[in-house]
Amino acid sequence: MSEPTLVDQLKQKFGAAITGANLENVDPWIEVAPEAIVAVCAYLRDEPSLAFDYCNSVTAVDYLHVDEKKAAKSEWQPHLEVVYHLFSMQHKHSLVLKAMLARWRDDEVGELPEIDSVAHVWRTADWHERECYDLFGIHFLGHPNLRRILCPEDWVGHPLRKDYEMPLEYHGIRGR
Amino acid sequence: MSTVDDPRTIEFDVRTDEMLVNMGPQHPSTHGVLRLVLRTDGEVVSEVTPHLGYLHRCAEKIGENLTPRQFIPYTDRMDYLAGMNMNLGWALAIEKLMKYEPPEKGRHLRVIISEMGRIASHLVGMGAYGLDLGTFSPFLYAFRERERILDLFEEVCGARLTYSYITVGGATADLPPGWLEKCEAFLTQLEPIIVEYHTLLTTNSIFIKRTAAIGVMSAATAIDYGTSGPVLRGSGVDHDLRRDGEEIYTAMYDGYAFEVIVEKNGHYPKDHQYPAVPQEAILGDCWHRFYVRMLEVMQSIDLVRQGIDRYSRASGSYGEPMKLNQKLPKGEAYLETEAPRGQMGFYIVSNGEAIPWRARARSSSFCNLSVASELCRDCLIADVPAIVGSLDIVMGEIDR
Amino acid sequence: MASAINKLLDWMLSGLGLSVSADSAVGYIVAALIHITLIINLVAVGALVFIWLERKISGRIQDRLGPTRVGGKFGWLQTLADGLKLITKEDLMPDGADGFLFKIAPYVSFAASIAAFIAIPFAGGPYPWIAQHLNTGVFFVVAVLGLEVFGVILAGYSSASKWSLFGAMREAAQVVSYEVPLGMCAVVPVLIAGSMDMVVIGNQQAGLFTNWFIFHDPATFITFWVYLTCATASVNRAPFDLAEAESELVAGFHTEYSGLRWSFFFMAEYGSMLSVSILASVLFLGAWNGPIPVASMLGLTAANGDVPGYIGNLLGLLNVLFKGVVGVSVMIWIRWTLPRLRIDQVMATCLKYCTPIAAVMFLGAVVWQYNLPGRTFFGLLAAPQETFAVDEGWAALPTTTAEPAKPAMVERGAATSLAPRLAANQGRGN
Repeated sequence: MSEPTLVDQLKQKFGAAITGANLENVDPWIEVAPEAIVAVCAYLRDEPSLAFDYCNSVTAVDYLHVDEKKAAKSEWQPHLEVVYHLFSMQHKHSLVLKAMLARWRDDEVGELPEIDSVAHVWRTADWHERECYDLFGIHFLGHPNLRRILCPEDWVGHPLRKDYEMPLEYHGIRGR
Repeated sequence: MSTVDDPRTIEFDVRTDEMLVNMGPQHPSTHGVLRLVLRTDGEVVSEVTPHLGYLHRCAEKIGENLTPRQFIPYTDRMDYLAGMNMNLGWALAIEKLMKYEPPEKGRHLRVIISEMGRIASHLVGMGAYGLDLGTFSPFLYAFRERERILDLFEEVCGARLTYSYITVGGATADLPPGWLEKCEAFLTQLEPIIVEYHTLLTTNSIFIKRTAAIGVMSAATAIDYGTSGPVLRGSGVDHDLRRDGEEIYTAMYDGYAFEVIVEKNGHYPKDHQYPAVPQEAILGDCWHRFYVRMLEVMQSIDLVRQGIDRYSRASGSYGEPMKLNQKLPKGEAYLETEAPRGQMGFYIVSNGEAIPWRARARSSSFCNLSVASELCRDCLIADVPAIVGSLDIVMGEIDR
Repeated sequence: MASAINKLLDWMLSGLGLSVSADSAVGYIVAALIHITLIINLVAVGALVFIWLERKISGRIQDRLGPTRVGGKFGWLQTLADGLKLITKEDLMPDGADGFLFKIAPYVSFAASIAAFIAIPFAGGPYPWIAQHLNTGVFFVVAVLGLEVFGVILAGYSSASKWSLFGAMREAAQVVSYEVPLGMCAVVPVLIAGSMDMVVIGNQQAGLFTNWFIFHDPATFITFWVYLTCATASVNRAPFDLAEAESELVAGFHTEYSGLRWSFFFMAEYGSMLSVSILASVLFLGAWNGPIPVASMLGLTAANGDVPGYIGNLLGLLNVLFKGVVGVSVMIWIRWTLPRLRIDQVMATCLKYCTPIAAVMFLGAVVWQYNLPGRTFFGLLAAPQETFAVDEGWAALPTTTAEPAKPAMVERGAATSLAPRLAANQGRGN
């Protein structure tokens, strides 16, 4: 499997849903529109020549400069990336998918951005998406059990966001 | 008023209540601070819900605020029973991003150290599994041998649990003089002892009764849940990153002879030397997961021997640790390595500064544990420790 | 003993012009107190020794030393130090616990454990060392051993902890089902001896070790191992320690106990271990008779007078205790070697294997007794015919007036040969 042909194959199949690709990076990645993520993932898993039956990890990266000086020089707009690392047990090849999300839905602070859950494509994604929800505040639509997993259930905020601030106090315990 | 022979009355009379029981976070057999909520009907468990996070130490957030070399000690504290392998995973991921290739001597040093780490980790896994099944002695035997590995590690880096030894670019120091002989002597002494462990556990009929055909996981389920390491291979999936991984990792094992420990046609590699698979055992049950671990110890002994041989013939440097605040190239890299408990993945996003923009640890135990609720459906209470123990989890790695 | 005390009292009080009759209640009360003191001490000291032994043995099994400091050599006072620690600990009780039941549960267990010793003989012969000589001794001991489960169930029920409840329910299921094969195994020696009197059973095994009931015939040999399994299960030792399975149930029925109350459960456990071991030795392993009848070869029998009789009994006592300690050590050895069974496997072991095997062995013993009466397995050295003649000495009862409550003991052999000796002994009292 080579990435350029895969990108072409996916573009043929999904058209505009494949929004971009970076083939120069150490791990080349393909960018998928958030609406199409489930369809693309299911295709990647079920297409025999690809057979990405193993999901290594689902995670996210928060792109936001808290420092205004840096933000001014930044080459990207603030956004969230959901990153999927896939592997094929059959063909022993791997793939990175990305989906770009706004940091807040409709740019309203506090409204969690939404993306479809792939937990029913790979069961691995179940807990990984819970972790993303917990630490990044991404709402995975259609997830069977979207609760916090590492932080306590009554925790406020999503700690791995760059603008997260530790609470002053949690149940009488000093936070910072 | 209903009559006695009204079936509903009888149904009501014999109805039993379900009970929710908290197993953990303080419980002898949950390997740290795992909390399992069991829904039980008498001795039968109908549902197991794991609750995590009691050991969450924000390792990923810390990773966004430290340089890669500063982060090495934090990787030790993820799978604290295999610190060396954690160091290696992180170091290799950074090296992948930096496109750095360690010198030959450094490669062999890493093989020796990480395979020794695997032996130590599997010894604990084995002993603790005995403990889960109610036999205490193998645990202490296992610790007795592990102690000697820790002595060897102490000689190498001064630490016994959190080593921070393998580092980005190589290792913090070369192996001390005379160490290889001690290591070789230890392996010679360990090999016959493994046979004793087989007698005490693997072939013990009570042990077989408790583990065979318990917690059976099909290969499809194992892949679907993203399990890895002995848990995956115990289900008969022929996958080992030391052979099938990415180039930068498999290059470490270039020229090493080893077979992936997985059952093929009813046989494990070289299993004629070890007790045969009992009749009762089904591929993918607790017994197979345990057996894969036991055979991997032998495999690692063999690999360490090969490593010692190659290391002593290699010349040159063992590598040069990267500078503490060296700038990382822009880009992102994800690398999984075969840690004792499965595939430990590190994901690094760098924007060209010395401190990564994002550091992510994909933990093997995290995925391995997620299958527990599937395996524990409708088992007995006593099977819960047997199944969770066979997954061999370390909470430090799950909660990070 | 009671009459001897009464005589002593009579002699002491005669100066005051009072007299005490030979069967006065005072003597019986004092005798009972002495007996129970001895038994409690045996169980308590036994527990101290066994806990230390368990630590030492497990230490050696696990390639370590075990306690080495307290009390000088071998750490032999370690248990005492721990006992002191336990006494100083806070006596905790969970909020939702049923206070009264929670508090008495350990004592119920401990009392049941002690009660079994009342009918266990420590030396035999015509004047056995036994607290209360019962002609249904085996029945009594097996029945009382089963009572210990009450304490456990009370503890589990009253603790208001789910783990305790699980432990108690497991214990109840396990003990109740193991009583069946245990009883069946105990019946086999009873069948051979023709008596439920433990002294009779013990006396019949005198002589060489070939006379021990374990070697009586193939059926008894197998029965002994079934008994050992069932006994281990009925006192909740590994691999059957489900009621306190620490890897599953935290600590089972005693999860919520602390301090001295907890240690009472412990003492009860070790007491029961000792009593089932001694029961095994009486039923199968020749009771107070050593492998070679040293005492009778040296003439240390009651027939040669009081002092030799006492020395002989002392040797018998050592024999019984030694066999008991060996039995306990075997249980300790098993515990530190084997993994634990699951509850359904424990029940299957009992109902599918132990019970049918015990039943068949009982039948086997019947067949052997019927076809080869008076023959032991080894015993192509034909044992003397009268060895196995059944005689509990009821016929001689009226002649022994010293101890009206007890049937007089008949040493192995026909009543006729003993009758003169009994008559001669009559005057000595005991």
